[in-house]
Formats: sequence, C-alpha cells, structure tokens
Amino acid sequence: MQHATITRSTQASRIAGILALCFLVYIGAAPWWAGSADLRLITEILFYLALASMWNLLAGYAGLISVGQHAYVGLGGYLMFSCVLFLGMNPLWSIPVAGVAGALISIPVAWLVFRLKGPYFAIGTWVVAEVFRLSAAQMSSVGGGSGLSIPVAVMRDLGRKPDREMLIYFTAFALCVGAILLVYFLLRSRVGLALTAIRDNEVASSSLGVKIGRIKLFVYVAAAAVTTMIGALIFVTKLRISPDAAFSVNDWTVFVIFIVVIGGIGTIEGPIIGTLLFFLLREFLADLGAIYLMILGAMAIGIMLAAPKGLWGLLVSRYDFSIFPVGYRVRR
Amino acid sequence: MTLLDLQDLQKSYGALAVTQNFSMSVEQGDLVGILGPNGAGKTTLFNQITGTVKPDHGEVWFDGEMVTQMDASKRCQMGIARSFQVPHPFVGMTVYENILVGATFGRSSFDPRKQALEIMDKTGMDDKANQLAGSLTLLDRKRLEMARALAADPKLLLLDEIAGGLTDSECVSLLNTIREVHETGVTIIWIEHVVHALMSVAKRLVVVDFGRKVTEGDPETVMNSPEVKSIYMGEDAA
Ligand SMILES: Nc1ncnc2c1ncn2[C@@H]1O[C@H](COP(=O)(O)OP(=O)(O)OP(=O)(O)O)[C@@H](O)[C@H]1O
Ligand SMILES: [Mg+2]
Repeated sequence: MQHATITRSTQASRIAGILALCFLVYIGAAPWWAGSADLRLITEILFYLALASMWNLLAGYAGLISVGQHAYVGLGGYLMFSCVLFLGMNPLWSIPVAGVAGALISIPVAWLVFRLKGPYFAIGTWVVAEVFRLSAAQMSSVGGGSGLSIPVAVMRDLGRKPDREMLIYFTAFALCVGAILLVYFLLRSRVGLALTAIRDNEVASSSLGVKIGRIKLFVYVAAAAVTTMIGALIFVTKLRISPDAAFSVNDWTVFVIFIVVIGGIGTIEGPIIGTLLFFLLREFLADLGAIYLMILGAMAIGIMLAAPKGLWGLLVSRYDFSIFPVGYRVRR
Repeated sequence: MTLLDLQDLQKSYGALAVTQNFSMSVEQGDLVGILGPNGAGKTTLFNQITGTVKPDHGEVWFDGEMVTQMDASKRCQMGIARSFQVPHPFVGMTVYENILVGATFGRSSFDPRKQALEIMDKTGMDDKANQLAGSLTLLDRKRLEMARALAADPKLLLLDEIAGGLTDSECVSLLNTIREVHETGVTIIWIEHVVHALMSVAKRLVVVDFGRKVTEGDPETVMNSPEVKSIYMGEDAA
C-alpha cells in the first residue's frame, strides 16, 4: 500500500481563498468608500446573502424544503421591537437575544413540522409562518395589524447618523460573514460529511449510521437562530414594522429561494453568485414592476431546466474547483 | 452464538404478501447464500434486517437485542451493514468520501480517514479515490457499495446481487475479497443469482419463493432438492 495523505484544499482553492479575502476586506471597508445610498444597498445585499446561505443549508443539504423561513425573519423583527420597547434595550443588543429566542421557539415548531414529509413539510412551514403573522396582528401591544415605529430617541442612542449607519453596516457585515463561515466550518466537520451524504441519498446515509433526524433538527434550529438575528437587524434598518412587512413571503422566502436556485443549491458558492445576480437584475429591471417579477420567474424556471445545479454548478462542472473546499482529496 | 434471528416476519404491500411467516437464524461466522426467483422478496428481507422497512409482524433479533423497531442508523452502529442491489452512491462525493461516510458513522470509528484508505485499497478502488461517485460505471458503483459497507466495520454484512455482470477474473477477485472479509470474522448473508459464485463460498443456502422460506441446508443438498428443481424448472419453462 502506497503512502497516502488526505488534504482538504487545493492550490487553486488557496489562491481563490486569498482573492476572496481581499474582496471581503474591500466590502468590509465600504463605509469609507461608499455613499449613504450605496451603503444601504450593500447592507441589503448582505442580508439576502445571509438569508440565502441559511436556506441553502436547510434545503440544499438537509433536504428541508421550507417555504416558511419568513416566520423567523418576522419573529426577529418583532422580538427586536419588544426588547427595545418593553425592556428598554439597545436595538443592536437585542439581536443576540432574538437569536436565542428564535432557536428556542424553533424547537417546538420543528417537533410539529418534522412529522410532515416532502411537500407536506413545505406547506406546514408556510402555515406556521402564517400563524406567526396572524398572532402578531392580534397583539395590540406591538401595534396590531397596522404595526409601529421605533421611537426616534432610541435610534439617537446609537449615535449620530453617519456613526449609526456605520455601526449598523458592520453588524450586518459580521452577521453575513458569520453565517457563511458557520456553513463553511459546519460542512468541513463531521456533521458536514453527514449533511453532504444526506443531500445525496438519505436511505444510504442512514444505512451507514448517519443519524438523520438529529442532524436535521440541529440544522433547522441553527438556521432559525441565524435567520431570526438577521430579521432583527433588518427591522432596525427599516425603523418600522407591520405584520405584512415582517412576515412577507415574497420578500423573505420567494426571493431567497430564487437566489439559491439560480446560484446553485447545495454549494456554499451558489448563494453568493445568486445574490449578486439577483441584485443586478433588480437594479436594472425593478422599474418594470410586475414584468420584473415575471422575468425572475421565467429565469428561475429556465435555469432549473437548463442547469439544475445553478450557475455555480454550471461553472464547476467544467472545472473541478471551489472557493470553499469542504471535501477530501487523496494524494499519493 | 446466534448473531441474527428472524422470528415469523410478515410484510405486505397492499394485497401483495412479500414476506410470509419467515423465520431464520444465522450463527456468528456463518456465510449464508440466499437464492430465489425475481420478486421472491429477498431484498425486502434485507430491508427488514437493516431497518429500511419495518415488518408488519414478527421480530428481528441481532446480537442478543430486539431491534425490530430500531432505525437503520442505530442498527448500522450495532454492526449491520449492507450493499444495495440498485446502487445508492453519494453522487456528489468522491469515492473516498463515500467510503469515509461508512468509516465515520459506522460501528467503530477510531481513525476513520485511515480506515477509509485501507478499505479503498483492499477493495481495489484506490485508483478512483478522487473521482465523483456519480461518474462511476455500474460495476464500479457496485464495488463502491461493498467498500462503503465494509468501512462501517460490520459484524453482519448483507450483500445484495453484487456478482452480476462481472467477467470471470473480476468474479474470482470478488470471491477472494469475500473470503478475506469472512476470514476476519465477519458474518455474511449474500443474495445472488450467479449460483456458481454463491456455491463456491456459501456454507449454507436458503431458498426463498413468494416471500416464504422454501428450503435451507448445505449447498449440495439444497441444489439437488425437489423444491429448487421445481422453481428453476418452472422458470426455464416460462
Ligand atoms: N415499496 C414497495 N411497494 C410496493 N411493492 C414493493 C415494494 N418493494 C418491493 N415490492 C414488491 O415486492 C416484491 C418483492 O420485491 P423484492 O425486491 O424483495 O424481490 P427480490 O427477491 O429482491 O427480487 P429481485 O431478484 O428481482 O431483486 C416484488 O413484487 C416487488 O414489486
Ligand atoms: Mg432484490
């Protein structure tokens, strides 16, 4: 038997990693080179990238096709408002609190929706989100159906306007980078090996000792926690919340699924490509209104038919390449 | 010592009874061959042993424990591993990674990376280590099925039709691998239509038809029994 060693990264992935790091530093420094409007746009891009990475972890790896992740975005928003209004907390400090609460709330939700399989699971997650929305509309303390705004004084506590924007930007940047790193290190770990196996074949995974139920629960709770935190921060930037905006299936689920599907489901890079493409399309076509949405739908269908693994899948099917190497290579 | 004990298993899909009053016990260190015509219920029997399918009635005992309702992953960790008749590779993972899954989550996982390398060499898949399983030929997929199962370090190995389509020399090398694995103390049950391959290693044969155990015993006696003759004559005539 020849001597063999196992490596995780390749020369190409190391170079790509360094380039990606440079790009990351550049984006992180955006407050120093971007104007106020651009900074808001980049913040929004970071939100969507983080949401897409979480949905990809759920659907692309754990096979949990949820169409109800907007439940957690809205939950995060309302938790943040509650912390600020009733506990007098700083809006940014309410984010980790929202994360923990989101994780705790997701456990009984999982207990419920995990009983449903396939399409029924998807419908179940959507129903849960709807229940969340209706509950929020019933609570008069958070404005009922018409919602409420963050008092100006609370925002003033976060500093003067430019400082405040920078603070919010860095929080968004940290959340987004954190979400992607979470997925990356998770996939490189033992859990990741199991998740990748589950992605490819559940029956074979369980026959080889992979505890599918436990791993799915873990992923569901982790995705819920992060999604709730992102939701909390999204509504810090929006300053206003209402049940329809907080639990919008279009904004927080449909667009996110679009991003992951066109970018490439079941890869870390896919959501990144997808988010960039989504915002490019939006910048150029959003003025078209309903036609813009029809173009998005047509594109999604076209890409699903022509390249089921998305644009990233199309790229790597030619070149054996990844920016985030999570696999194992045998070298002799 | 009895390693596997099936007691009065029954399983139906709608009106179709696929396993009927099936009892069988397998001793530690045995190498049992299972024969039977297409659709006899052989694979379904494996599914009930591994936990992929739960029987409607009856009990499965493994290594002194009742495992009838236990899920497949737990049974694998107790020491049951299988190959699938229709290969179930992890298509987006390399050959090495496929084997690593078995080594990591199976019965013993002291040093999974090393264990996976060893199994890969032993089963002759080392030259395809970094190839995606989705790009393998059917024959290689079948070899991968066996390699992955071995990586889980089973006490009981279930092989479902892995010799079909092999050339003579490939078949000889497969038989050698099976003998080697058996010599390390692994108990094996092997479903196979390639009768001469099965006869050359099995110590005992079990014949299944219409979900029932038709006969069992040492290979010579079973092959010459009137039951087997009638099944295979029946097939020839059809
Ligand atoms: N999930 C299922 N639902 C309905 N019928 C099934 C299912 N699984 C198996 N069957 C039926 O049960 C019968 C036995 O199938 P099984 O695969 O166990 O046979 P087998 O002996 O392995 O056959 P072969 O030699 O062709 O592999 C067949 O008629 C098959 O169509
Ligand atoms: Mg079969």
